[in-house]
Amino acid sequence: MSAHSITAATSRAKWVAGTLVILYAVITMIPLAWILMTGFKSPSDAISYPPKVVFEPTLEGYVNLFTTRTRQTEEFLAANPPENWADEIVRQYDMVIVGPSKFGERFLNSVIIGFGSTFLSIFLGTLAAYAFSRFRIPLADDLLFFILSTRMMPPIAVAIPIFLMYRELGLSDTHLGMILLYTAVNISLAVWLLKGFIDEIPREYEEAALIDGYTRFQAFYKVVLPQAATGIASTAIFCLIFAWNEYAFAVLLTSATAQTAPPFIPTIIGIGGLDWPAVAAGATIFLLPVMIFTILLRKHLLRGITFGAVRK
Amino acid sequence: MAEVTLKNVSKSFKSTKAVIDMDLNIPDGAFVVLLGPTGAGKTTTLRLIAGLEQPDTGEIRIGGDRVNDLTPAQRDVAMVFQQYSLYPHMTVRENLAFPLKSPILKTSPDEIERKVKAVAEVLHIPHKLDNKATELSGGEMQRVSIGRALVRDPAIYLMDEPLSSLDAKLRADLRVELKRIQAELAATLLYVTHDQIEAMTMATHVGVLDEGRLVQFGTPREVYENPRTAYVAARLGQPRINLLPAGLFGGGHPPNAVQIGLRPEHIETGTGQPADIVRIERLGDQTRLHLKFAGHDVVTLTDPHTSLRPGETVAIAPKAPLYFDADGQSIT
Repeated sequence: MSAHSITAATSRAKWVAGTLVILYAVITMIPLAWILMTGFKSPSDAISYPPKVVFEPTLEGYVNLFTTRTRQTEEFLAANPPENWADEIVRQYDMVIVGPSKFGERFLNSVIIGFGSTFLSIFLGTLAAYAFSRFRIPLADDLLFFILSTRMMPPIAVAIPIFLMYRELGLSDTHLGMILLYTAVNISLAVWLLKGFIDEIPREYEEAALIDGYTRFQAFYKVVLPQAATGIASTAIFCLIFAWNEYAFAVLLTSATAQTAPPFIPTIIGIGGLDWPAVAAGATIFLLPVMIFTILLRKHLLRGITFGAVRK
Repeated sequence: MAEVTLKNVSKSFKSTKAVIDMDLNIPDGAFVVLLGPTGAGKTTTLRLIAGLEQPDTGEIRIGGDRVNDLTPAQRDVAMVFQQYSLYPHMTVRENLAFPLKSPILKTSPDEIERKVKAVAEVLHIPHKLDNKATELSGGEMQRVSIGRALVRDPAIYLMDEPLSSLDAKLRADLRVELKRIQAELAATLLYVTHDQIEAMTMATHVGVLDEGRLVQFGTPREVYENPRTAYVAARLGQPRINLLPAGLFGGGHPPNAVQIGLRPEHIETGTGQPADIVRIERLGDQTRLHLKFAGHDVVTLTDPHTSLRPGETVAIAPKAPLYFDADGQSIT
């Protein structure tokens, strides 16, 4: 046996490795589990010390997240019986639901801006990456370096120029403005990642399609794109995660119209005290789209991040 | 089907001259094989005709029309690549139908179905039609990619070493099959290879390439029997031609001859000067004698049931050999 030979793991080694993996998974899951649990606690359970692991679950946090409420007199409450289960929950504080909160709107903004900028980044990134990969472009290396150089400082370093620029252009607090901004940040990542993926696709496929009677664009669309699906999926996840979670620019550039969920969720604090269950409920719902998106593309993601390591 | 002509075609990549001043005429219905080692410009020639490369100078005509400025799709050529040519995300059926569905051909579904079936039959893959292209063996993949060319009726079929990745048995079968198909369709076919057996067995015409130049073009027999240069002579024939100093067997050679070229049929055994037997290779149908003659290695054939043994000597003499001058040009 040489020093480099691969031997089967002993059962003890497997046991140790398995335990470590599970332990690591548990540790990373604790904060998430805590957020999930807090969302279903009552405000008093949420702040009780020592922290409660076993508690009586309630939807109070979710009701508070999605509604605005006002305190009412006893006569009013007696004259108007609760209309539904949600109403009933808020009655215990002598309140009535007067309308929806802004959360739904903010969440929708996040969806529009997050997925919009992801789509735009991938659309432009794929075309640019294809061009860089396949055509002789003058100064291609310099252009690629220039594109990468936009990542060489933290995006927030240019916050002030962007703030002023957006104010002049009327892009402040608009969906379009935020989509463009997140696309500008993500596009360098998209171009570089996708170029790597497209470089790996043999040119013969397109050349065969060109000879088979298709135009360059049809060959790209029918042959290259399906081959690049893996790369596109994993790049899309990275782009979405950035755009979805971005906080600093969202705070700076959005307010009444295009505000996304990240700057909104903390503002729930302060409406009649620290409403931790509502904040946790917001965070839980906010996590879902990225989680679902990632799970849907999981198969591609795994293949995507190991892509290029194995040469056929 | 159509005639294809290259006139003074040259192509360089950066500092490498891939094809130099190529004049080539592929007659209608001919099976032309371009032969040469790696880097001789065979594949570039194919790609120039297909329109995947643009010539620096010169003119390419298909069926009499100048095609220099046409896209590959407009040139109406079909090409089989050496590898990587099946679309991996499609089934075999979709792969075969892909050229027929192109905006240029726009074949009707019934017609597609019929043609795909017919080609699958010819290539013995009808049971594989609904497999994913990636689920095929190497031999099946290459048959499908040949099939993808055969479903069409193009001006010319271009094939870039289509059999090189296959095992010996399959290669021999497909060689026969290809030749049969070509004869049946009366197709014009340009075939690139470095395998002289493929060239000799299939070609109606052989073109030998050396560093981007077409050094000889003719029927396989012509090229084999009257090679224009020592380089061409060395490309055809097995065992390879023995190239020795012209005076090795004494006088009698043309005054400007530098090399004498001896194929096995140019060496008479049992008469002449003695050579030492170094090794005997018995291949079954033929037996090769590896000889040492005046310090030079000589390989020739002998009777398959020879009783000669290594260490013995055998007399050899040249018989109507080939002679080449200082530039390697044949002297006739």
